[in-house]
Amino acid sequence: MQNPQIVVSDVQKVFRTQERDVVALKDINLTIKQGEFVCLLGPSGCGKSTLLNAIAGFSLPSSGSIQVDGQAVTAPGPERGMVFQEYALFPWMTVAQNVAFGLEVKGMSKGAMAERVDSLLDKLHLKDFRNRFPKDLSGGMRQRVAIARVLAMDSPIMLMDEPFGALDALTRRNLQDELLRIWAEFGKTIIFVTHSIEESIYLADRIVVMTYRPGTVKRDHRVAIPRHRDPSCAEFNELKRELGSLVMEEQQRHAAAEMKLAAVD
Amino acid sequence: MQQHLKSFVRGAIVPVVVLLVWEACARTGLVSPIVLPAPSAVAAKWWEALLSGELVHDSIASLYRVVVGFVAGAALALPLGLTMGSSPRLYGLFNPMLQLLRPIPPIAYIPLAILWFGLGNPPSVFLIAIGAFFPVLMNTISGVRHVDGIYLRAARNLGVGRLALFTRVMLPAATPYILTGVRIGIGTAFIVVIVSEMIAVNDGLGYRILEAREFMWSDKIIAGMITIGLLGLALDSAMNALNNHLLRWHRGLEH
Repeated sequence: MQNPQIVVSDVQKVFRTQERDVVALKDINLTIKQGEFVCLLGPSGCGKSTLLNAIAGFSLPSSGSIQVDGQAVTAPGPERGMVFQEYALFPWMTVAQNVAFGLEVKGMSKGAMAERVDSLLDKLHLKDFRNRFPKDLSGGMRQRVAIARVLAMDSPIMLMDEPFGALDALTRRNLQDELLRIWAEFGKTIIFVTHSIEESIYLADRIVVMTYRPGTVKRDHRVAIPRHRDPSCAEFNELKRELGSLVMEEQQRHAAAEMKLAAVD
Repeated sequence: MQQHLKSFVRGAIVPVVVLLVWEACARTGLVSPIVLPAPSAVAAKWWEALLSGELVHDSIASLYRVVVGFVAGAALALPLGLTMGSSPRLYGLFNPMLQLLRPIPPIAYIPLAILWFGLGNPPSVFLIAIGAFFPVLMNTISGVRHVDGIYLRAARNLGVGRLALFTRVMLPAATPYILTGVRIGIGTAFIVVIVSEMIAVNDGLGYRILEAREFMWSDKIIAGMITIGLLGLALDSAMNALNNHLLRWHRGLEH
């Protein structure tokens, strides 16, 4: 049995506002192995993005610890590359410059950099767009660039925060397939936040369903359906139903809480 | 092409009519040539000044002051704006004093400028620098403050250090604002140069139109004013071209 790569133990995160404290995460314990594809699934407000940001090092837990390869996470770093829902490409850089930026600040030589950038652009079908600015690209293309940017850093871990949430259904499926191909080829560990049940079943080895406030782990499910998964097959739909009812319970708690808040206001 | 010609002709109608009426008024002796010289006389004067080299000399003198003054003002404003925009502590330290100084028009510095720098180019450059300083400063500060946090997070995630974060992320992200400041600053510099030339120097377009007033050469005054207009237009077009080039990545310029 391989050592776990990411260990989240007893993590708690409290956001303090003037009126009240919001417990976003509570008693989170997770261990993730190298090369695993894990989806964090739940309705909005369940703390899945908060957990991802904590692992990324953007917002540290209030208590508990997160360790990656035995080292405590204290700050963001390129070994945990992040793909954001809003792409977060630098609009003043071309596609190639965006992909190269992380390598450039690391001080990589020009030749080695050009070689790596070229091969990644090739792999992600971005070659013809290398000198374009992000504003000239479609959403799907932009997210490919963001993925290439993280791959360029050779991060062993990829953190993805609803990366395909803003894309249309066809582009989304297309990128999901591409991501699975990349995952298989590069052997990355991927933590992928989504609120789409189907997306999580299509992609993940393991689906962690989270509860609405406080965010806890409701179910840690290992997906047994062999890849490449067919969303129309019986097993897929059975799991979809099962997870769907879990997520809907939390969604209803979310809705009820919002109604209550609105009534108080 | 036809469309272009049409809109050009349409745009020319009003100026041509105005010029004709103006010319007619002057020729018939309706108004004295000292009050309002005929446009043909202005054009003749302008041509004469161009051929004699006086116009070119004055334009270069004015432009030189604008450039030196603007560069001096912007060179102070830009680094100060970048640091004030990114550090709330420095902002708190400098902002109250700057807010007090900002409303003082550069023109109000004229007496001090002459006391401090005497006559000639230095007081003029000083006034222009003050005129250019504040627009560049204020826009740089708000440019840095409006940098989208997502870029900073993405950069930190890529392992970008402090210096590169500043020069490679915050500075380019703030350029749309900075360039707006530069444009306003150049506009102010151009106003201030004309005023400053009326007091402290003996060449430049501002000096020339004031000198012409002494002799009541109204045609020369108007020829000078038109040159100021043309120079300002050229400066603004150049600035516009630079803007479009530097911001070619910017969404706002999508056609």
